[in-house]
Amino acid sequence: MIAAVLSLTLLGVALGWGLGLAARYLRVESNPVHEEIQQMLPGVNCGQCGYPGCSGAAEALATGKASVTLCPPGGPTLVQALAAKLGVAVDGASHSGPPLLARIDEATCIGCAHCGKRCPTDAIIGAPKQIHGVMQDACIGCGLCVDVCPTECLQLRPVAPALKTWHWPKPALGFGV
Amino acid sequence: MKLFDFWGGVHPAGQKHLSAEQAIQILPMPSRLHVPLQQHTGRSAVAVVKVGQTVRKGELLGQEQGGVSAPVHAPTSGVITAIGDFTAPHVSGLPLPTVTLESDGEDRWLEQEPPPDPFALEPEEVAARIGEAGIVGMGGANFPSAVKLSKARQARVHTLAVNGAECEPYMTCDDRLMRERAEHIVDGVRLMLHALQAPNAVIAIEDNKPEAVARMKAACQNEGQIRVVVVPSRYPAGSAKQLIQILTGLETPAGGRGTDTGVLVHNVGTAYAVHRALRQARPLISRIVTVTGGAVAEPKNLEAPIGALVEDLLAFCGGTTDAPARLLMGGPMMGHPLPGTQVPIVKGTNGILALTAAELRLAATPSPCIRCGRCVEACPMGLMPLEMSKRARHDDLDGAQAFGLIDCISCGSCAFACPSHIPLVQYFEYARGALEARQRAEQKARETRRLLEQRQARLVRAEQAKAEAAARRQAEKRQARMKGGATA
Ligand code: SF4
Ligand code: SF4
Ligand code: SF4
Ligand code: SF4
Repeated sequence: MIAAVLSLTLLGVALGWGLGLAARYLRVESNPVHEEIQQMLPGVNCGQCGYPGCSGAAEALATGKASVTLCPPGGPTLVQALAAKLGVAVDGASHSGPPLLARIDEATCIGCAHCGKRCPTDAIIGAPKQIHGVMQDACIGCGLCVDVCPTECLQLRPVAPALKTWHWPKPALGFGV
Repeated sequence: MKLFDFWGGVHPAGQKHLSAEQAIQILPMPSRLHVPLQQHTGRSAVAVVKVGQTVRKGELLGQEQGGVSAPVHAPTSGVITAIGDFTAPHVSGLPLPTVTLESDGEDRWLEQEPPPDPFALEPEEVAARIGEAGIVGMGGANFPSAVKLSKARQARVHTLAVNGAECEPYMTCDDRLMRERAEHIVDGVRLMLHALQAPNAVIAIEDNKPEAVARMKAACQNEGQIRVVVVPSRYPAGSAKQLIQILTGLETPAGGRGTDTGVLVHNVGTAYAVHRALRQARPLISRIVTVTGGAVAEPKNLEAPIGALVEDLLAFCGGTTDAPARLLMGGPMMGHPLPGTQVPIVKGTNGILALTAAELRLAATPSPCIRCGRCVEACPMGLMPLEMSKRARHDDLDGAQAFGLIDCISCGSCAFACPSHIPLVQYFEYARGALEARQRAEQKARETRRLLEQRQARLVRAEQAKAEAAARRQAEKRQARMKGGATA
C-alpha cells in the first residue's frame, strides 16, 4: 500500500516538473499580430472560412495566406477593420450584398431543440417540442445551426431591406471626382 | 429690425407663379386612405384599431410610443380595411406599416368636448395637447412638435422664429396659408409662445411674397409680442440654421442645435395646426399641398387628407400632361424622388412636383470635377463639398466626416452650382447612410462579443453545477455505504 502511494506520488511530481520545464523552455512564441487578429474575429469557431476555427483563421490572416473577406459572420465591418489592420486594399464590391441570417420555417420546425444548443450567441429561443425562433438582432449568420436541423427548416436567408436601414447608393459615375 | 446675412446660397428660378395665384381648394375625399404609422422622426406609432372596425374622423388610429414619437388619427370616417405594409412615399419604394381606411362618405367627426381656454392651461399641458394632436414639423423636418417645444422651454429659448420664408422653388403652400388663414396662424404662434414661455416671436417671410407679408402684418397688428420680418429671397433662407443666422447673426455651433442660439424655429403650417388642435380640438389629419411642375395640367394648392394617394392629388389637378421626367415629393432642391404615384401623402408633404425633361437641370450628364470651387462658394454651411464628395466616392467615410459631413443640411446648393453636374448631395447621403450602417455593425459586433461571453460563462457554470452534483451524489453514496457497513 505505502509503496504504491509513494511510487505514484513520485511519478506525479516528476512528470509535473517535467511539464513545467517544458512549458518554460519549449514555449512557442505566439505572434502578437496573430493574437490581435484573433481578438477581432467573432470567436464563434464556425469554420465557414475553411480554417479550423477563428484561431486558425487568424493565423492564416497574419501570415497573409487568407483574404480579409474570409469570415462571413464578421460582415463588412470586419473586412474593413482587417484591411486597415493589415494594410491591404479591399474592393468595395467584393463583400456587398445583404447579410445572411438564420430563419426558421415555422411550418416544419418540430421543436427538437438541437439548433439552440449549437448557437454561439444564444440567438435561438424556444422550449423543447415548441416551435423555435431566431432573434434576428442576436444572430450573426454563422450557420452552425443549419447543419443540425433534422427537417432543414432552418436556413440562412438574406435580410430583407428595411426603410430604417436603407440608404442612397453611391452614384455610379464612370470617372473620378 | 436689423437683419444679418448668411454665407453662400444660390438663386434658383422661383417658378412660384405656376401655383401662387391658386386659392387653396379642398381635395374631394378619396374613397380610400392609406395612413402610415410612421410619419415622423423617432419611434413608429402602434395601431390601436382592428381590421373591420368603424372609426370617426379624428379618432386615434396609432398610439405614439416612447419619448420621441407621434400618434396618427383617422382623416375621415369609415371602416379599417387593412393594417399592414404599404409602399412608403420614399425613393426606395420600400413599405411601411400602414392603416388603410375606406371612407363611408359621411366624413363624420368624433364628438369632442369644446376645448378649454388654452391660455388657462399650464405650458406643459399645452405642449402635451400639441403632442396628442399628432403635430409634427410641417416644413418637412417631421420632428414631433411637442418634444421640440418642451425641450426648447427647458433650454430657455427667448425667441420663436416662425418660418414663412418658403425658399424652396415651386412651393406655394405656406404662401397661400399665410394669405388665406393669417389670423389662425397668428393665434397658433401665440399658443406656441405660451407653451414655450418665451417673450417674443418673429415671423420671417421672403420678399417675393408681398401679399402674404401684408396679410400677416395686418393679422398681428395688435400683437406686441409678434413681429413680421421680410427677408431677402435667397435659397436656403428658410432652412432653420440660416434663418437663425439672418435674424440674430448667430451661427449654430457645429454639431449643435438651433436652440443653442436661444431661437426655436417652427413652420407656419405647424402654427396653423397648433391653432386647430387647441382651439377646435382637431388633430392633424390634413395639410396644404402644392401640386405643381411643368408636367401638371393645372397646378393647384390643395387641402388634402393625410393618406390620400399622390395619384388622387394629381388626378384632381387634371393629371400630368405627358409622362413627367421626374416625380418628387417636396421641392426641386430638397425633395425626394417618388417610386410611383401609388404612395400616400404624409404630414410632412409640402408639395408634389412633376417636372418635365426641360425643367430637369440635374438630368445633364455629369463630368469630372474641375475644382472650380463654386460648390464651396454656394454652401451655406461653409463646407467644402468637392472634398467631401471625393472622400465619399473612395469610401473614406472618416475623411468625409472630418470635412464636416455631419453639418451638411442636404440643401443641394452645391449640386445646383456645380458646372459639372456632379450629384454631390447623393454622395453625402450615401456617406451618411454608410456611416450609420457602420455604427450599427459595430454595435452588433460588441453585442455578439457580449453574448459569446455570456454563453461561455453559462456553460462554465453548468459544468460546475454538474461536477458539484456528481460529488454530492458520490458523498451520499459513500455515507450510505458506511452506514450500511456500521449496521452490518
Ligand atoms: S468564419 Fe469567422 S467566425 Fe467562423 S471560424 Fe472562421 S474566422 Fe471564426
Ligand atoms: S442562429 Fe444559427 S446562424 Fe445565427 S448565430 Fe446562432 S447558430 Fe449562427
Ligand atoms: S462646383 Fe463641381 S466642378 Fe466645381 S469644384 Fe465643386 S464639385 Fe468640382
Ligand atoms: S448640400 Fe451640404 S455641402 Fe452642399 S451646399 Fe448644402 S450644406 Fe453645403
